Amino acid sequence: MRIKKLSDSGVKLMQGNEACAAGALAADCRFMAGYPITPATEIPEYLSSRMFAAGGVFMQMEDELASINAVIGASWGGARAMTATSGPGFTLMQEALGYAAVTETPLVVINVMRGGPATGQPTCTSQDAVMQARYGGHGDYEIIALAPSSVQEAFDFTVRAFNLADKYRVPVFVLSDETVGHTREKLLIPESVEIFDDEYQGVCREYFKPDENGVPPRIRFFQGHDVLVDGQLHDQRGIRAGTDPAVCAQAIRRYCGKILDHIDDISSVEKFFPEDAETLVIAYGSVSRSALSAVRRARDEGMKVGMLKLNTVWPVPEKEIRAACAGAKRVIVPEMNVGEYLREIQRIAGCDKVQGFSSIGGVFPAPKAIYEKIAEVT
Amino acid sequence: MNSTAEKYIRKEALPFIFCPGCGHGIVVNSFLRVIDKLGIGKNQMGLVSGIGCSSWSPVYLQFDCLHTLHGRALAQAEGLKAVNPDKTVVVFTGDGDCAGIGGNHLIHAAKRNVDITVIMMSNYIYGMTGGQRAPTTPYGAITKTSPLGNEEHPFDLFRLVTGAGATYYARASATHPIQLDKAIEEGMKHKGFSFIEVLSPCPTTAGRNIFSFKTPSEMYDWYESQVAVLKPGQTEAPDGKIGLGILYMNNERAELCSVQAEKKEVARNEN
Ligand SMILES: Cc1ncc(C[n+]2csc(CCOP(=O)(O)OP(=O)(O)O)c2C)c(N)n1
Ligand code: SF4
Ligand SMILES: [Mg+2]
Repeated sequence: MRIKKLSDSGVKLMQGNEACAAGALAADCRFMAGYPITPATEIPEYLSSRMFAAGGVFMQMEDELASINAVIGASWGGARAMTATSGPGFTLMQEALGYAAVTETPLVVINVMRGGPATGQPTCTSQDAVMQARYGGHGDYEIIALAPSSVQEAFDFTVRAFNLADKYRVPVFVLSDETVGHTREKLLIPESVEIFDDEYQGVCREYFKPDENGVPPRIRFFQGHDVLVDGQLHDQRGIRAGTDPAVCAQAIRRYCGKILDHIDDISSVEKFFPEDAETLVIAYGSVSRSALSAVRRARDEGMKVGMLKLNTVWPVPEKEIRAACAGAKRVIVPEMNVGEYLREIQRIAGCDKVQGFSSIGGVFPAPKAIYEKIAEVT
Repeated sequence: MNSTAEKYIRKEALPFIFCPGCGHGIVVNSFLRVIDKLGIGKNQMGLVSGIGCSSWSPVYLQFDCLHTLHGRALAQAEGLKAVNPDKTVVVFTGDGDCAGIGGNHLIHAAKRNVDITVIMMSNYIYGMTGGQRAPTTPYGAITKTSPLGNEEHPFDLFRLVTGAGATYYARASATHPIQLDKAIEEGMKHKGFSFIEVLSPCPTTAGRNIFSFKTPSEMYDWYESQVAVLKPGQTEAPDGKIGLGILYMNNERAELCSVQAEKKEVARNEN
C-alpha cells in the first residue's frame, strides 16, 4: 500500500454519483468507458473532462458490451479502469464480467441500481440487482460487492473497490442505488487515500500461478511477460485446458477460493446496539439509513432492537451475520426488492427466525414504515 | 517450422487448431514475416482476438495477447490502445466475429479512426461451429443454417467499413502471399483504423457446405481463379473478379489517440 495525498481534500457538497467518480479519480483510476443510462449518467458526465485532466482517458462507447470490454483491455494495459451503469446495462455486461473473473482482470463497476426487470423503472430506486451481481454470469466464480448508503460511503467504498480489485484480481462492484446516487450531502474528501500498488517483479511466465493467497501475479501488458489471457479455462501458463477436468476444476475452485478464503479481510459490517437486541434489523445500502433511524426510534421507546449494517454484501459476511443473529429472537431484512438478500440471511439464521420487509415499485422505505414493522413483531 | 515462425511462436500453445489446408495459417505466417521485417520489439505490440478459428491465430504467438469473447476483440483492443497510445495493437478476427456479432464495435472503431490494425479472415462461413451462415456468405449459398440457399445478401465490407470512417482498407488473399504481406505491412504502418480483409479458404466447413471441393488444393485453385490484383488507384477488378490490393487510404481524418492526447493537454491547462 502506498499513501496518496489528495490535493482537493476538505468538505464538499456532492451527489452520490459524483462522489463515486471523485473516489475513482482519487484511487488513480485512469480509464473510464461508459454508456449513458439513468440513474448512473452523472458518473460518465463527471469524468468526461476530469479523466483527461488527470492524464487518463474517458470513452463513451457504443453500448455496455463495448464499455466493459474496453475496461478489460485497459486494465490489462496497466490502468485502473472502471465503468458505471444500471439495470439493462449491467445485464449486457454479464458475459464480459465472467470473462474478467476467469482471466482475473481487476476492474470496478459502479451499478447504480434502478427498478427492473427490462427497462423497468428507469428513474426509480431499487436494490434488485443484488443477486444478479453475484449470479449474473454463467459459470461458478466469486466477485466482491460493496453497498454504500451515503455520499461519503460512495467515495470511500469506490476507493476501496479499486484496492480490492487489485489485491484479489477480481471484478469489484459498487452496488449503489438511485437514492444514494442522487442524494446531495456533505462529503469529506480525506487528506490522503491508500492505494494498493503491489506489482510483480521480474519476468513472469506462469501468468496464473497463485501465490499463498490463491491470487495470480499482478502483471500487465508491455512488461516483457508475453502474457496470454484467455477466457477458455486455462492452466497456469494461460494455455487452454477446456477439456482437462483436473485443471478446470482446480481453476474454478481457485476463482471461488481466493475470495471465500478471505471473507474476513474483505468483509465490512457495522453493529448498532448489539448488547441486548431481541429484534435485529439487517440492512445494506440506502435502506440501512432508514432502518437505523427506525431502530433508534424503537429503542427510544424501550424496544430491544439492534441493527447490523452490511457494507460488503458479496462475499456474504457470514460470521458476523451468524453472530449477530444468534442472540436475537427475530430478524427483519428490509430491502428494495422482493426479498433477495433475505435468502442469504435465512440460509444462515434459519427461515423461522428471519423475515423480509420488501419495498418494491420504486418506493424508498421511510423510517416510519420500518419502525412500524419493528413495532409489529417486537 | 520456418525460422521466422520459430522466432515468434509460443511453443507451449501448439499444436495449432487449424485444419490441414486452412488459410488462417498462411495469414499468421505472413503477419510474422511483416513484423520481423518492421522489427517490432517484444514490448511494443499487443495482440487481441475474438472467438472463432481465425481468432486463435495470436494465441500461438509469443506476444502479450488477449483472446477475448466472441465479437469483443475490438472493444478490448480500444481500451488497451487508449491507455497505451504509443504501442502497436493488432486485432485478429473472423468474418463472423468481426462483422456478425462484433459488427457494432466494427463500425464504431472505424468511426473513431483509432490506430488499430485489424486482420479479418474471411472464409464465407462460421468455421469453428461447423459451417453456419456468416455475414459474408454469398446469396443463395448452402450452409448448415441455410440449407435452402442463403436468404440474405452478404455485406459489402469495403463500403461498410470505409463508409463508417476507416482510413485504410486492403483486400488480400491467402492464395497471394506477396500481396498479403504488403497489405498487412502498409496497414501496420498506417496511423489510423486499418482494415485488412483476407480471403482465407476454409476447406473443412466452407469446402464441404458452400462448395463441394474434394481437396484443399482444388479450393485454392478456385480462389485463384476468382481474384485479380488491382492496379494502383483501382478499387474494383475488371471482369467481376474480387480485387486484391490497397483499396483506400486517407491521411487527413484525425486519429482518435492523437485527439485524446490533445484533450489531455487542454484539460490539464484548464484545471
Ligand atoms: C456469445 C457467443 N455466441 C456464439 C458463440 C459460438 N461461436 C464460436 S466461434 C463462432 C463463429 C466464428 O466464426 P468466424 O468469426 O467467422 O471464425 P472462423 O471460425 O470462421 O474462422 C461462433 C458462432 C460464442 N463463442 N459466443
Ligand atoms: S474449420 Fe475451416 S476455418 Fe476452422 S480451422 Fe478448419 S479449415 Fe480453418
Ligand atoms: Mg469465418
